[in-house]
Order: sequence, then structure tokens, then C-alpha cells
Amino acid sequence: MEQTFQGSKDYVASQELMRSVNISIALQKPLLIKGEPGTGKTMLAEAISQALGKKLIIWNIKSTTKAQDGLYVYDVVQRLYDSQFGNEGVDDIGKYVKLGKLGEAFSSEEQVILLIDEIDKADLEFPNDLLWELDKMEFYIPETKETVKAKQRPIVIVTSNAEKELPDAFLRRCIFHYIEFPDEEQMEEIIKVHFDHVEEHLLQQVLETFYWIRGLYNIQKKPSTSEVIDWIHALVLGGVDPDKIRETVPFAGVLLKKNEDVDTMKRYMKNR
Amino acid sequence: MFTSFFYLLRARGLKVSLNEWMSLIEALDKGLHGSSFTGFYYLCRGILVKSEADFDKFDGAFLEYFKDMEFTDELPQELLDWLENPNRHTDGQYDEAALLRNAGLAEQEIQRMFLERLEEQKEQHNGGAYWIGTRGASPFGNNGDISKGIRVGGESKRRSAFQVAGERKFRDFRQDNTLDTRQFQVAFRRLRQFSARSDAAKTEFDIDGTIRETCDNAGNLKVVYDKPRKNTVKVLLLMDSGGSMDYYSRMCSALFQAVSKSNHFKDLQVFYFHNCIYSKIFKDPQMRPASAIQTDWILQNISSEYKVIIVGDAQMDPSELMEGSYYSYGARDSVPGIEWLRRFKEKYPHIVWLNPSERPYWGGWWAKTYDIIHKDFEMYRLTLDDLHTALKKLMVNR
Repeated sequence: MEQTFQGSKDYVASQELMRSVNISIALQKPLLIKGEPGTGKTMLAEAISQALGKKLIIWNIKSTTKAQDGLYVYDVVQRLYDSQFGNEGVDDIGKYVKLGKLGEAFSSEEQVILLIDEIDKADLEFPNDLLWELDKMEFYIPETKETVKAKQRPIVIVTSNAEKELPDAFLRRCIFHYIEFPDEEQMEEIIKVHFDHVEEHLLQQVLETFYWIRGLYNIQKKPSTSEVIDWIHALVLGGVDPDKIRETVPFAGVLLKKNEDVDTMKRYMKNR
Repeated sequence: MFTSFFYLLRARGLKVSLNEWMSLIEALDKGLHGSSFTGFYYLCRGILVKSEADFDKFDGAFLEYFKDMEFTDELPQELLDWLENPNRHTDGQYDEAALLRNAGLAEQEIQRMFLERLEEQKEQHNGGAYWIGTRGASPFGNNGDISKGIRVGGESKRRSAFQVAGERKFRDFRQDNTLDTRQFQVAFRRLRQFSARSDAAKTEFDIDGTIRETCDNAGNLKVVYDKPRKNTVKVLLLMDSGGSMDYYSRMCSALFQAVSKSNHFKDLQVFYFHNCIYSKIFKDPQMRPASAIQTDWILQNISSEYKVIIVGDAQMDPSELMEGSYYSYGARDSVPGIEWLRRFKEKYPHIVWLNPSERPYWGGWWAKTYDIIHKDFEMYRLTLDDLHTALKKLMVNR
């Protein structure tokens, strides 16, 4: 069955990104996505799930997440409680084994998209603990002597903010893609996906100012896609005159989240 | 058929494994490159390269390998056509030797020549090896073949593989480049030493303890909590401020931001000095006399378990380092700077020197103090690789 990803109604993917997605689907390897915050890493999985019409299972990784959590959890405490009160079904261990997100994806009848979000948040060894499971798409539950094996190999998307280096053994099994920050042309497309109609003049002014701010030498936290979208919302709701945007940069707080950055921008505005 | 490309990539420092190479061959079998050279480039990169820090190395190797490749007919026809007529060269030939010569230039050299050339140049030039213009082998201008240099205006092109690789726009991600705040932060996370001996409240659920206690309690559940594990690393940061350091202020501020935001340290102390450490050291970077404190106080009160990071360019007048009675900010001193530095080294077993600048390559007078300090301190540049080595050094016992 030929499956290809061509972007979706709400998500503008670059040629290169679409290529990487399709390569990873064809080779049945996890796709590792890195990129600046706000470049839509997480949204990509949603877009793929929409475009291919498949269910999306999201496994959000936190600093305390362990690989085991994704496979299954054996609720010993519950079983202990139940046994004390002589509840029914205590003999059945299976009742206390609950599948995690990975287990859920494996046991699904239809092929699903599995998003392992922000894998770098977890412990350094976390990705290594998943090597076998992602390779073979199966795992064993000793408590019930059962093997959970993927009925349909899920399409696996992994995102990372590069907070930690991922282990080589894990990287070797992935297809890697780095999402670059969109250029003005792509940004225009992205904005048009989010807004039904934005006045052309306003859009030009917004983009010009936005890239000017991103280009400033001393900006510490560069505004990203999600910020520019919020900014346009604010500008449209506030009914700001498009011609004033470049000069006054209204609602700058939406774009810049740090006081120092707002000051920096004001300093440059004087000299512009 | 490309096996030598595999070895070239490895020779250029990319950790390509046989597994990945087999995946690439499999992908080519399946035709995932879509019979286009650009597709081939992205396919190789996606499968073989796993970090944007390595993209530049890959681009370099890719250019090196495929630039003069004799393609056999196993490869798609359009690729052959493309190589016979790479549309970059339609503007006429130019001097290969000049290309190579210019490629060997250092960044500063390029900047200097650029300014000179701007002075000289009065008209438009395209395709040569000297003037600023489009294409050509001069290190200035647009769309040129040279891998480094100054780009003058214009749009970057990104259609063909050579142009994408030739742009080398991932150069900034190379690990030997100097760093931004986030990269610093990530690096500083390595300064961790967990210990549960801290005097914190018992807030963490202890599974083993609970099971043990429950069994002892004849099966009636008894929940046990334990103290959370905490980082015990304490950091003392000493920064050179002002003077010759102004040039590196941005980088140092990024470093400072990263350290001060790293909330995982048990304690962080920051002090400033100018050029070298003398009998007084300052609490603020402006080094106002009011913020001065005795360096001796630090040596006596800040315990030796602190990890010490000194940031400075180690370049000053030799007399500022070697002679006593150097008069600085109201602090008359009989102990020479180098002696103060040695006292720090003696007191703190975990100490590193981060240097934003390189040893002055013209050597001589300016490198003198650098060399003296370098004898006593391990010096590390502010690059990702060096920083990692430095932090590793801070964590281990000598």
C-alpha cells in the first residue's frame, strides 16, 4: 500500500520535510524531528494523522517518565488493596496490567501514528530502553506471560528540543529531520492557513517587522511562528492601522516575552 | 557503488554506521530518492546524519565527493545531464587556482580584503575571482563557489543539491563553533551530582520501603516516603569584566545567563575581576569600589567543594600579572596576580579556566601572560566540544 504525505489543510510542510516523512514511512523507521521551538514539531504528527486518516496516539514525555510507563503498568498497590478487602478478580493479574501508550499503539487493530513528544525531557538512558521495542515492535509482560506484538507497525514520530544529546544507538535507528525556521514566503503560506483572510498590506507589514525583529543582533528569545500568529490576532482584534505597525510595533509583548528584548527592540527602533 | 563515499563521510568525522548505510541502500532500492539528485541528497542526509551540528560536515563531504564524480550509466539520465551541464558554470570559466587560494583564507583576512575591495571597486563584476560580484571564485558576493566568505545581499537559492550543500548554511551548528545561551545551559546540566543526604522533607514515594513495611505489617498497607535526590553541586564563577573582554561581552553574557538560570545548582556565587584576580574582587560587573570584597574572604569562606569556573582572556600587560603593587580600583596590592591565581588553584581542586579568545597567534608580547597562566590552568575555549571537556573535568576527581 502506497502512503504518501503531502502536507495537510492546516499544516504547511516544506518539500524536504515531506520527503523525510515519506522516507521514514517507507523504511518503517522512527522519524526524529528537531528544530527551534515554535516550528511546529508536535503539530506535524497531527497533520500526518489527518492527511493519512489514521488515529494519533500521543505519548508526552516528562522528566520523570520511564520507558516502562509506555509499555505497561502493573498496578500492584491496587491489587494489594483489593486483596485486603477480598474483592473479586484478584487472581486475574491481567486485570491489573494496564497498557501504556506504546502498548496501546501496538495492540491497535489498525495502523496508528505514535507521537513520542519531547523525548529529550526524559532521563538520558530513556531512548536506549526503547530500542528493542521500537525495532521489533513487540514486548513481553512477565506478569501475564503475554507478548504484545504490533498488529500493524505504527508510524513513529519522535520530537526533541535538543536539551539532551540522544544516544547513538537510538539515533542510528531513526530518520532525522531538522525543521528550519520558515522563510518569509513559507511564513506567508503558514499564516494564510491559520487565517481565512488577512489583508495583504497588513500581512506584508507584519512579516517585514517580524523578520526585522528576528534579525536584531541582541534578541535573546527570538519570536517564532506561534507568536506571529498570536500577534496578527491581536492586531486584527485591536484594529491597528497597518501603516503604523512598522513604526510603533503595537502589542510588542505578544512577540517578545522578555523585558530586555523589548528594550533592545526599542533601542533599534530609534536608530531605524 | 558509493562505498568510498561511506568511508569519506567517516573520514570527515561523521559517525555513520553500517546499519545506516544498509538503510540507505535499501531506500535507494525502493527508489525513495525519486530519481533526482536533490532527492538523493536529502535521502542521504536524513538517513546518515543525526544532528544539525553535523549537517555542515556532511555538506562539505558531499560536495567533495560528488563534485568531480564520473557517473556511470547506473544512475538516472537526468543526473548525468545535470552534471554535464551544471548551470552554475554557464557564465564562463574562471581560475581554479584562485578558488583554492581563496578557500584557504581566514575569516579576518576575508573581512579585511572585503573592506579593501569595497574601496577599490567602482563597477559591477560577475564571474571573476577577485571582485565582489555574482558567481565566480572570489570570497565575496553571491552564488560563488567558494565555501566561505562574505555574501553580499541577494536571495539564497535552494533548489539543487549542490547549491543546498554548497551553501553550507548549517555551518553555525558545527560543534566547534562558539555558543549561545541555550547550548551553554544544556552543557551546564552536566554539572550534576545527586545525593539524598540533603536536609529536605520526605516527599518522594518509596516503593521498596512501602513493600517492606507492608510485609512487616502483616499485609496491611503502610506507605513510606523518602527524601528526594538533589543536586549537590556548588559553583563559584569568576568573570573577567571590561577592557579586552568587551569584545567577548555577548558570549560571556550568554554564558552568564546560562549559569545563573541553571537552577539545579545547590549554590552559585558570581564575582568579577579586571584582567586578573588581586586582593579585591567585585560583586558587580561594573566593579564599583562599593561592591568590592576581600579576595581572602572568598578563599576563607567559600569551601573547597565549590567547582570554580574562571572566565577570562588571560591577556594583559605582563606587569599586571607578575608584579606586585599593581594599583587597581583603589586596591593597592603587594601580591602579584599570578600568586592570587595560584592560591585559588591550591584551594579548589575543581577549577577550570574558560577562555573566549584563542592564544594570540602572533605570539610574542600579547601571548606572554596567556602562556604563563596556561602553565597553571587547564584552558578551554568557549566551544561546545571544549566546554564539555571542561565540565567533565570539573566533575571528576583529579
